[in-house]
Amino acid sequence: MAKLILSMDGLVLKEIPLTKERTTIGRKPHNDIQIDNLAVSGEHAVIVTILNDSFLEDLGSTNGTIVNGNPIKKHFLQNNDVIELGKYKLKFVGEAAPAASGEKADFEKTMVLRPAAMKAAQAAGGGAGAQAAVAQRQAAVQAAGASAAAAGIADKDARSAPAPSAPSAPGPAAPTKPVQPLGAIQLLSGGNAGKELELTKPLTTLGKPGVQVAVLTRRPQGYFITHVEGDKRPSVNGQEIGAAPHSLKDHDVIELAGVKMEFFLKA
Amino acid sequence: MDLTQTLEIATCTDPGMVRSHNEDSIAADPANGLVVLADGMGGYNAGEVASGMATTVIVTEMRQILASARPYEIDQKNHQEIAARMLREQVLKANSSIYQAAQSQPQYAGMGTTLVTCLFYDNRVLVAHLGDSRLYLMREGKFRQVTRDHSLLQEQIDSGIITAEQAKRAAHKNLVTKALGIDPTVEPEIHEYPTKPGDIYLLCSDGLCDMVDDEDIGMTLQALGGNLKMAAQHLVQMANDNGGRDNVSVILVRVLREYPGPRGVMAKMFAWLK
Repeated sequence: MAKLILSMDGLVLKEIPLTKERTTIGRKPHNDIQIDNLAVSGEHAVIVTILNDSFLEDLGSTNGTIVNGNPIKKHFLQNNDVIELGKYKLKFVGEAAPAASGEKADFEKTMVLRPAAMKAAQAAGGGAGAQAAVAQRQAAVQAAGASAAAAGIADKDARSAPAPSAPSAPGPAAPTKPVQPLGAIQLLSGGNAGKELELTKPLTTLGKPGVQVAVLTRRPQGYFITHVEGDKRPSVNGQEIGAAPHSLKDHDVIELAGVKMEFFLKA
Repeated sequence: MDLTQTLEIATCTDPGMVRSHNEDSIAADPANGLVVLADGMGGYNAGEVASGMATTVIVTEMRQILASARPYEIDQKNHQEIAARMLREQVLKANSSIYQAAQSQPQYAGMGTTLVTCLFYDNRVLVAHLGDSRLYLMREGKFRQVTRDHSLLQEQIDSGIITAEQAKRAAHKNLVTKALGIDPTVEPEIHEYPTKPGDIYLLCSDGLCDMVDDEDIGMTLQALGGNLKMAAQHLVQMANDNGGRDNVSVILVRVLREYPGPRGVMAKMFAWLK
């Protein structure tokens, strides 16, 4: 989401996300961004945000609105534009991500394509404001569809590219599956003692249905064991596990439905 | 007829890993065999207002109607069961409530919601849907999608512009062609299917099916079917583990036993006398 950074004499005062369709700027308190300075008119300017595009419009202010040193009446805001109002500066910061993935992020939001709107937009061939935006979007969609159809290409990156915000954090937010060691269990008792089972699937169920069942889940954070059904819960290293998934460590011993098994990570 | 003992229902909803708030809404009325899932859209908080209105209107209105009418009663005018008409009317009611709110209050302008809702009665399920929220069915180990999305992508697949395989990686997954609350009137897609004991129905928002492959969803239901609550939580967790870029909501319904509507002479007499 685009935002404005309000500063005076190089000192950052606050950040204002452009969440509304109309964000008003002025001296009077009813404005979304109130700047209490006599050089600023009561209703000084407004920023209209449509999808990813923001337009700045001067509302007939006494001292005018200056963008990047030039007085403007109406201006299509670009990343890093600086709006000057008296001594105050408002820096416009568009989508943080680069253009391509910015487009992606925008595509994530569910939107409705109404047949009527589609026709109108196409007929107008680019009217003002919202209609132009719709037409643009429409063109983008058609281009996306056409190129995918023609070349059979697709944006694999869309799915696998790491989120720009958390490239290094191994936390749950990372969309890529980090390379994690493969886990396996070896049965220590029972008829199949010695048998080994590699845990390659995201889910592996163990036990006897109707008696006691547990599931081993393979997640980006590692392996977990969870109780699924049965009166008795499985135990790990002699301790019965709770209702929540229990994280498994290398060489943990699991006991389930009377069978002991060892969990280990393969190098 | 109280279906509390017939249907096992588990729900789970989560904002996901990226979004700050949850625009999905879910509701279940086990006694009446009704479940509703809606994925709201439109600026800022309007999405959750739209989806919340959809679930609330449909559940409360259906509850009122089902208190006095049975879905399998025959309409004397067209000799058809009233169920489909009943559900359709409530969906339309929800549509006009959302549309009017969007028209009258500037902060809600343009809001809308997708919808998938199931009404279980008389060994059958009636499904109404709009947009890209889906219904899946797990029956006898086979997992399949029941509803067809109302989306640009689905239309492109249908017309042969792209293949299902390409669709998985398409950029414009999010454009729906039908939704609740966008226009003054809307035509929900309504179908009826017979149910079998042991069936597991999954209603989900696109936050699940965009992040998790159908195959993995099926595997989870297979493995964790014994514990529905946990299966629901696990599906949400899988979507979040894969990035969780959208709100994720799931409703799981398991049919525990047969639930035929009364078909005796008395029931017929009763219907006829009405």
